[in-house]
Amino acid sequence: MSAKVGTPLFYSPLSYLRIALITFIARRLLFALVLLAAVSLFTYLLFALLPTDPAALTCGKNCKPELIEANRVRLGYDKPIHEQYFQFVKGIFTGRTYGTGDIAFTCPAPSLGYSFNQHECVSSLIGKTFPVTAFLSLGAFILWMLLGVGTGTLAALHRGKWQDRLTSVITSIGVSLPTFYVGLLVLFSVVIWLQWLPFPHYASPSENLHDFLTAMILPWITLAVLSAASYTRITRNGVLEAMNEDFVRFGVAKGLKNRTVIRKYVLRAALIPIVTIAGLDFAALLGGAIVTESVFSLPGMGRLAIRSVTDSDLPVLVGTTLVAAVFIVMANTIVDIIYGILDPRVRLK
Amino acid sequence: MNNVRLLSVENLNVEFSTSDGVVHAVNDVSFSVHSGKTLGIVGESGSGKSVTASSILKLNTGITASTSGSILFNGKNILGVDDKAIRAIRGSEIAMIFQDPLSALNPYYTIGSQIIEAYKVHHKGVKKKEARKIALEMLHRVGIPNPEARIDEYPHQFSGGMRQRIVIATALINSPKLLIADEPTTALDVTVQAQILDLMKDIQRENGMAIILITHDLGVVAETCDDVAVMYGGRIVEKASVQELFVTPTHPYSFGLLGAVRSLDNSARGELQTIAGSPPSLLNLPSGCSFLPRCSYADASRQQCASFVPPLQNVLPTNSLSACHLRAEALNVLKIKEPS
Repeated sequence: MSAKVGTPLFYSPLSYLRIALITFIARRLLFALVLLAAVSLFTYLLFALLPTDPAALTCGKNCKPELIEANRVRLGYDKPIHEQYFQFVKGIFTGRTYGTGDIAFTCPAPSLGYSFNQHECVSSLIGKTFPVTAFLSLGAFILWMLLGVGTGTLAALHRGKWQDRLTSVITSIGVSLPTFYVGLLVLFSVVIWLQWLPFPHYASPSENLHDFLTAMILPWITLAVLSAASYTRITRNGVLEAMNEDFVRFGVAKGLKNRTVIRKYVLRAALIPIVTIAGLDFAALLGGAIVTESVFSLPGMGRLAIRSVTDSDLPVLVGTTLVAAVFIVMANTIVDIIYGILDPRVRLK
Repeated sequence: MNNVRLLSVENLNVEFSTSDGVVHAVNDVSFSVHSGKTLGIVGESGSGKSVTASSILKLNTGITASTSGSILFNGKNILGVDDKAIRAIRGSEIAMIFQDPLSALNPYYTIGSQIIEAYKVHHKGVKKKEARKIALEMLHRVGIPNPEARIDEYPHQFSGGMRQRIVIATALINSPKLLIADEPTTALDVTVQAQILDLMKDIQRENGMAIILITHDLGVVAETCDDVAVMYGGRIVEKASVQELFVTPTHPYSFGLLGAVRSLDNSARGELQTIAGSPPSLLNLPSGCSFLPRCSYADASRQQCASFVPPLQNVLPTNSLSACHLRAEALNVLKIKEPS
């Protein structure tokens, strides 16, 4: 080699690529904030758009008009809608006090309003139910990613063999079954018929780990198996597509080990679309796995949301919707950022 | 270092089982390559040239591929070695580059890390800094301007020609004895094509490696090759030195190919000559000569052409080998006749 390398081998770790990545992330975060502001506004418009009078819902059927009016003032529903929205947003940051004098009560920041049905601050209702949903989602997510990506890769690597065919049969069944059906099937067979597990009775993991696990295992499996089916398919197709890429052949021609080629070349390419879907699916779950929580009687955010709909509990409805929206927007942002890290072609455009 | 027989392929057959039947991609192909020389493998799409090349590195490893024959590289039968041994050969003794430089580089890693990876896989224990230095030298050698600044960039930040240079740098980082170049310039602009071919020739002159150049472009062959194998229907139909192929082609298909080249000499004659018909399906090859349906020379010998696959035979007075039933004298006469 007759190369003349004149300059010293110096390169800054903070190259312009990294700067590009930082501005990329900053831009995404700013966009997420704007989006959240818009979502909160539209969600709050529920108060103005629904034909029900929120104040009238605060007490029972035989309520006196004076009491309704008193509650209207106390909860701030007498103000014009834009002022109500302003109070609502302010409450998120500073907390909110309803009424004056002895009957005054406060929902501390972040306040999302007060549920007149359940006589509790919305944020504390969400605070109580969210951990259940979070544990449910996280466990199911980890299970289905391992299961889906694992079997998908396996099926692709054994394309056309029995492993692949078996996977394709199982996933076809998996993607076509609805959650409530599988949930009930699992519940009936494992708990009632086989009696392998006691009837689920949720307890927080710090309180009673055994109850927590016995209550969670079936919902985890139900959610994981159903989602894993579609992830298996996406992974299989992604891996097969990636294996046909020229750069994968070039990687093999370099003399790399099969495992290295699959990890650095094939899976890297195949996982990028999966990250996008996984992020959004996970966020949607965090907003409340309504059906699963209902089938397995888990006191999560999904059930809180459903109850608020049937009870016309507007503040809870707005609160849960907003929290779910925050998760979706956050997940979108995180997915964008991860995408930018995973695929250099995205961040530099 | 020249004229050492580096690679000899003998009676290579490659078949793929598909749901439609067995595809006979390569049939009874034999050739050899010498150090410091360039062998061109020419043919249309689907003539088996890429599959032949992939076999040398055992890259046709799908469950449906079956390979027989022998591929001797430095006296070692490549078809007989295990996975570990072939991995030690891939990229270190025999390197391969592919047609499309835009997709041959992994888009998720910097070009530097890919070149370093190619070096380190065959030089275990070399420090990253050392490997990086070697990668920089190689990038410099293949003509990447300012490699120190560009080594940490991603493939999409380079033009097609630059990417093919990077691919070549990656392939040659371990100074292989043989480079298999599968249509290395097809996806590039004509001016860039010439630069890439010049680069390959320069490096060959420096280190004496052998090159197998797979192409469908006879211009590229004339420019770079010493010897040529013309493939048709999964077989070699003519083997000749590059001079003889262009001056005295001995197979009707070679006549046809040469007639289909637009050059400054024949452009004045108006329309480009084409070979009527299309290449045979490798799924069910005809029993005799697979070029027969498109051959405009096989009159008296038609019966024989349809029944027997012609063997490669020397056509006097040339040194060329041709797989054609037509007699040498007849070929020399027919060559003058314009293919219809």
